[in-house]
Amino acid sequence: MRATAHTPNVEDIKETTMLTRRTALTRSAQVALMLGGLGLLPRTALAAYPAAAFEAKNVADLMKALGAGAPVESKDVTVTAPDIAENGAVVPVGAATALPGAKRLLILVEKNPSVLSAAFDVSEFVEPSFTTRVKMGQSSNVIAVALMSDGKVLYAQKEVKVTLGGCGG
Amino acid sequence: MPDPMRIRAQAAGDKTTVRVLMSHEMETGLRKDAAGKTIPAWFIQEVTAQLNGKPVFAAEWGPSVSKNPFLQFVVKGAKAGDKIAITWRDNKGETRTDEATVS
Repeated sequence: MRATAHTPNVEDIKETTMLTRRTALTRSAQVALMLGGLGLLPRTALAAYPAAAFEAKNVADLMKALGAGAPVESKDVTVTAPDIAENGAVVPVGAATALPGAKRLLILVEKNPSVLSAAFDVSEFVEPSFTTRVKMGQSSNVIAVALMSDGKVLYAQKEVKVTLGGCGG
Repeated sequence: MPDPMRIRAQAAGDKTTVRVLMSHEMETGLRKDAAGKTIPAWFIQEVTAQLNGKPVFAAEWGPSVSKNPFLQFVVKGAKAGDKIAITWRDNKGETRTDEATVS
């Protein structure tokens, strides 16, 4: 008895296929909705990217965006930058700290449209010392900021003169 | 597909200096073209590094990093022969990974 109940006849198969088809249609609508939701996924993944921080126009706004306190000047943070940059499009800058417990190092250009240029995460596997090249619109202070794991915010700054036109002198 | 990165990783003692030169426009979104239209921003947002498959370094960049960005950092505990892989992702979601051997 039980065996026959479980053996599907042609009618049953038809029924199930139709049902599957109907469910499939509704499912595809759901899938489409889900995909729509997925379209947002890259944006959610970007939550790690501190967009607000990169839009900050001045140092105070930046610290607010990062949820950090007021920065304190420290000689244990080093900023490497030239005195005079002949080409504002390529200014080599570096940020480093001698202190243990740095969580993040930032490179800021005070007079750029957005102050924050780059943020580097310090891990136990890398030295808290990074170098890159940034664009500078005009002569400005370049600031290296170290966000410490104890919540302290330390910085060092250096003025860089930008000779526009790239003609030197 | 963007051009490959040039990566050099040199070990000195237990510290390895990694230098990367990426190929990217790094458009700020502030410049205008000849017709006066704003050129949309296009820049690398995230850079990560892996040592033998283990994440060791991460950075977030804004559009003010120079065109064809240069990056230098120091990895602890890498030996000659280890693999350093660098990955970047730009604001258009494009990504590229290149690998180099520590020498």
